[in-house]
Amino acid sequence: MTWLRDPTAETSAIKRPRTKPRASLDDLTIGLFDIGKTRSDEFLDQLEKRLAERGLKTRRYAKPTNAKVAPAAVIDQVVGEADAVVIALSD
Amino acid sequence: MAERLEAKHKGGRLNARKIEIADHADPIEACFERGWSDGLPVTPPTDERVLAMLAGTTRAPDEVIGQIPPYLAPCTVEKAAINAVLAGCRPEYMPVLIAALEAALEPVFTLHGVLATTYFSSPVIIVNGPVAKRIGMNSGINALGQGNRANATIGRALNLIVRNVGGGRPGEADRATLGAPSKFTLCFAEDESDPDWEPLSVARGFAAGASTVTLFQGHGVEAFVDQKTRTPEGLSRSFGLSLVKIGHPRLVQSARAVVVLSPEHWRIYKEAGWRRKDIERALYEATIRPGAEIVAGLDGVGEGVPQARAAEPVPKFHEDGLLVVRAGGAAGLFSAVLPGWLAGRNRTELQPVTREVRP
Repeated sequence: MTWLRDPTAETSAIKRPRTKPRASLDDLTIGLFDIGKTRSDEFLDQLEKRLAERGLKTRRYAKPTNAKVAPAAVIDQVVGEADAVVIALSD
Repeated sequence: MAERLEAKHKGGRLNARKIEIADHADPIEACFERGWSDGLPVTPPTDERVLAMLAGTTRAPDEVIGQIPPYLAPCTVEKAAINAVLAGCRPEYMPVLIAALEAALEPVFTLHGVLATTYFSSPVIIVNGPVAKRIGMNSGINALGQGNRANATIGRALNLIVRNVGGGRPGEADRATLGAPSKFTLCFAEDESDPDWEPLSVARGFAAGASTVTLFQGHGVEAFVDQKTRTPEGLSRSFGLSLVKIGHPRLVQSARAVVVLSPEHWRIYKEAGWRRKDIERALYEATIRPGAEIVAGLDGVGEGVPQARAAEPVPKFHEDGLLVVRAGGAAGLFSAVLPGWLAGRNRTELQPVTREVRP
């Protein structure tokens, strides 16, 4: 554990606020991002099926290996096409 | 090891709140994520580093230096030290940083406006006296450029204090239309090696041998090139041609400017027996033009002085509008101009500030 001293006026909370969840997933394109770990695809297949049952639009993405960060082209594609992203982590 | 032991036993005397960074997280990335950076990597402010930084000043960690704009949050010596760590300062820079911060907080420096303006300005720091050599500042080759730790990090620390303590962030209270690279840092020492040259600090009323910081609301760097003129009169007129262009050739009595006189240009003045006051006077006079040449609307250009001033000689600057300093490498008939904030039209409300550096 590393401890740092706050350089600010300490007017904001110590914990960074989480991004607020979407009020609704309707009309959004939900990205399903396979990070390349074993069986991530099984998890995402199931998730895709459940989302489709609710009439939601999904799009699949994957990076070649979990050992490296996603290639810029993949990130650009996600940013350009998806409104929300589920990043799968499943062994 | 000594710092680690001190942190273990004295870490409790620090008052700033502690932020926990998870083991798997990179502390430098954590600083970025929390918005503590100016866009370049910062040094994570651990207890060891903050305590080591505080050892560079005799001031008490809980002493409040002042209220930092734009949100007027109090800045203690400890908060200044934390930001000095972020910036990459060494502890011995602390007295210069604190003096610079105190100068910036003088009401006539108008730090709030310098931050919030749509113009290019930020604090420019000029250091005089023995402290500059003691902490290894650069006044020579590339003095306005990169590569010297003290020059780079003292200016950066001041801007980080405004960002982190004052809350002055680009796009929020900082409304700069374009900004300038000098908003990261612009800090240098004056070359005081020639006894014929009166240092800026002495010209501004401080004793010879005193260590000072002078803060100027400006940006950098505009080149001045004259490789042909060899007389002081001609060189001054040549400077004048460049200086009248600050902001806009027809804007007058608005911005101040710092003229950074290079060794080769200084030599032309020196060999003719000219000294600081002669140069300042000649530069001022070289920037006085007939009003008719800079009237608003002339040639379809809207900027300019009112028609009522067409018949009078119009100075570009106020009489105290030019700060001349010496710096730079031995070779090159180039000098530099650091243009000031256009709000200088409020001459008495907005002024450069000089302050003595104390331990």
